[in-house]
Amino acid sequence: MQKEMAYSFPDEVLKHVFSFIQSDKDRNAVSLVCKSWYEIERWCRRKVFIGNCYAVSPRMVIRRFPEVRSIELKGKPHFADFNLVPDGWGGYVLQWIAEMAGAYPWLGEIRLKRMVVTDESLELIAKSFKNFKVLVLFSCEGFSTDGLAAIAASCKNLRELDLRESEVDDLSGHWLAQFPETCTSLVSLNISCLGSDEVSFSALERLVDRCPNLRSLQLNRAVTLDKIANILRRAPQLVDFGTGNYAAELQPDVFSNLAGAFSSCKELKSLSGFWDVVPAYLPALYSICPRLTSLNLSYATIQSPDLIKLVSHCPRLQRLLFLIQVLDYVEDSGLEELASSCKDLQELRVFPSDPFGVEPNVSLTEQGLVAVSLGCPKLQSVLYFCRRMSNAALVTIAQNCPNLTRFRLCIIEPKTPDYLTLDPLDAGFGAIVEHCKDLRRLSLSGLLTDHVFEYIGTYGKKLEMLSVAFAGDSDLGLHHVLSGCESLRKLEIRDCPFGDKALLANAAKLETMRSLWMSSCAVSFGACKLLGQKMPKLNVEVIDETEPPDSRPESYPVDKLYIYKSVAGPRFDMPPFVWSMDEAVKILH
Amino acid sequence: MEGELVLLGGGGGGGGGGSSGVSTNESAVLSNVEVVSEACSYPAESELELGLGLSLGGATGKTKPATATSSWGECGRILTAKDFPSVVSHRTKNGGPSVSVSGTKRAAESVSHEGGSPTGISQVVGWPPIRAYRMNSLVNQAKSQRADEGDSGIGEKDKPKDALKKKLNYNGNKISSTTTVNEKGHLGFVKVNMDGIPIGRKVDLNAHSCYQSLAQALEDMFLRSTNSVGAEKEQLTKASKLLDGSFEFVLTYEDKEGDWMLVGDVPWRMFVSSVRRLRIMRTSEANGLAPRFHDSNERQRSKPI
Repeated sequence: MQKEMAYSFPDEVLKHVFSFIQSDKDRNAVSLVCKSWYEIERWCRRKVFIGNCYAVSPRMVIRRFPEVRSIELKGKPHFADFNLVPDGWGGYVLQWIAEMAGAYPWLGEIRLKRMVVTDESLELIAKSFKNFKVLVLFSCEGFSTDGLAAIAASCKNLRELDLRESEVDDLSGHWLAQFPETCTSLVSLNISCLGSDEVSFSALERLVDRCPNLRSLQLNRAVTLDKIANILRRAPQLVDFGTGNYAAELQPDVFSNLAGAFSSCKELKSLSGFWDVVPAYLPALYSICPRLTSLNLSYATIQSPDLIKLVSHCPRLQRLLFLIQVLDYVEDSGLEELASSCKDLQELRVFPSDPFGVEPNVSLTEQGLVAVSLGCPKLQSVLYFCRRMSNAALVTIAQNCPNLTRFRLCIIEPKTPDYLTLDPLDAGFGAIVEHCKDLRRLSLSGLLTDHVFEYIGTYGKKLEMLSVAFAGDSDLGLHHVLSGCESLRKLEIRDCPFGDKALLANAAKLETMRSLWMSSCAVSFGACKLLGQKMPKLNVEVIDETEPPDSRPESYPVDKLYIYKSVAGPRFDMPPFVWSMDEAVKILH
Repeated sequence: MEGELVLLGGGGGGGGGGSSGVSTNESAVLSNVEVVSEACSYPAESELELGLGLSLGGATGKTKPATATSSWGECGRILTAKDFPSVVSHRTKNGGPSVSVSGTKRAAESVSHEGGSPTGISQVVGWPPIRAYRMNSLVNQAKSQRADEGDSGIGEKDKPKDALKKKLNYNGNKISSTTTVNEKGHLGFVKVNMDGIPIGRKVDLNAHSCYQSLAQALEDMFLRSTNSVGAEKEQLTKASKLLDGSFEFVLTYEDKEGDWMLVGDVPWRMFVSSVRRLRIMRTSEANGLAPRFHDSNERQRSKPI
């Protein structure tokens, strides 16, 4: 019966139905139904997301999905953000661009994260894709303003250029002037990562002037406060704005000009930037505060009272990212203020102003987070740096916020116990995983034994990403996680006493995950080789910058280990300090 | 169950479940596991209870963090916090000395200190986990705050030590004076390129306190041939090949003003606060750079204070 139903729809109908299915998961499920659905689906898939650029080769993607218009690729492991992955590790996008240039002439969107993008790659993009619309380079590196100039000059219908948090070599500020006068299509421009020499302000002004659809604009730090008004007046339709510098000597005319410019932006919902804030200029924002749903003050060095005043004007805030940079005791109560005025808050991030100081420079403790958990029942995502924590606080937070999907807590000093009882924080994190049934992402810190992993393995059934540092006592900890967390995709571990046993016992689990990172743990070279031999669907890579791992006994632990599933086999662009445990490669390396 | 690890084919299930079930290779794998673990004796082995009889009734009772349960430090050359149990147990809640390293030579430098005089946690790579992008912002903010302190200059000048200690923010309140960021004037990693090698590297200046150690690290990174163990020994000689001009390559740096200078001519701190990036240049190309002291006395003068 069902079989007949599947064949009774003409392809065109199925294609049309599939066009409504956007999510990759659903698309993948559709393609598994039967052969004909697989075929139809693959010809009409327009967007491809590749979470690990080495999991598959460009050719394989092109072969299966011949009509792609949008691609997203991620390169380096997450811990590369914290300098744990040596430079030159990999993540080069050039080969992808080269292959797609031939196969996808209509490719319109490229989104990259943690990849190495050279000027050559950018020039190739500019040359190859006539309909290019969106370029997002999130936390990428390897390119200069020359590459950007090529993109600006050639991409006639560019809608989005987003360089957030990328490292760009500054060669000339005039790349912006390369946007032709005929380019009026920009919708989103994020140049917040550029240094001072890299932006010609007059070119920017002219560009903003002629792009009536510009909705999102993030300036870089070099743009001074007095220039903001000029930009805003040219783009009152902005929805999302990132200031540059927000500091200047207080001058009444500058202030009123700025306040007027802000108030003319009736659509503005999201603000960021705010490097070097002079608090006296904050009231210029008051007119738009009631509309704001997102506020990123995480670079703003302002004190708690100013912060509180600002935030109290923003009752509709859903997303608040900020940095606590204050010295007096109201920081926790600053969060209490927030909790009482921003009932819709969904995401909170609090960064440390003085991450390396031993003595706390601010009075921000677990109490602030507890207060927010009490006052903001919709809280879903937390990133919180602090210097002390207690199990009691974590239990309270867990009970107050059962809807948490992402919880990342960083207690700055490794292995800090519960400050009240001196117990490990196992029970606290255990409560988090137990109560927050939809938790997808968790980062641990503080003093933790194998027990916390027992909890995680038992309750963390939806957990997809887990980050662990300086925790656990033995392989049992790792075993709990690998055997219990059914949805686990990414696991990253540093400085934990996990060795061979749990890894080898759960080797098959690794094939169901995207990747595993372990550094400064106790996995031996012999175990790595074994995994490489026995698990052909995995790429097992050992990273060691000091000497080749086979120059030491097999029982010696490796420095860093990165294991990921791949259908492309071992990669060929490994630098000298990365060794593949794949048998075939070892002979050639 | 007494610590017997079985190769679990299922591995916790999950989505597309790549479980191939039990295969004949397993016993071979298992015996390999045992061989490996014997060589690296885990005292916790006998306590490995994989029976999963979970006792979840609260994590009562204090586990002693100080007892390093694994002695893998015996076979491992990489030191972590587990190797310093005495330090761990002396810690107060405000933290103590940093202890963890991740496989770099800075192990020797960060071994602490009885009595726990706090050195902060600045010596642990990648901890706390803050993106480099954000760290750089913090540095730049600290620098611009210092610049506002009463010095009319806008540029980043070298401040006398007193000024460093008194750091003020805009509203005149004190910031902690122990911030590594402020004291060293530069945070973390600078790029290093070597002529003839396409792939650049990054080196963490915070990990070094003198030119010697920096040069040694760079030699390890660039000059050590990873495939010939024998050759390594030769190159492990005195570090200053890159510094004394006797070698085919010489170490240079680009300072804040964009000028390229030979490394080693100024005091270490001044170097650290003004360096933007490094380049290992062919000596033949290095003519015309700031003159090098060949006199050994003078070379000593330019060594760190």
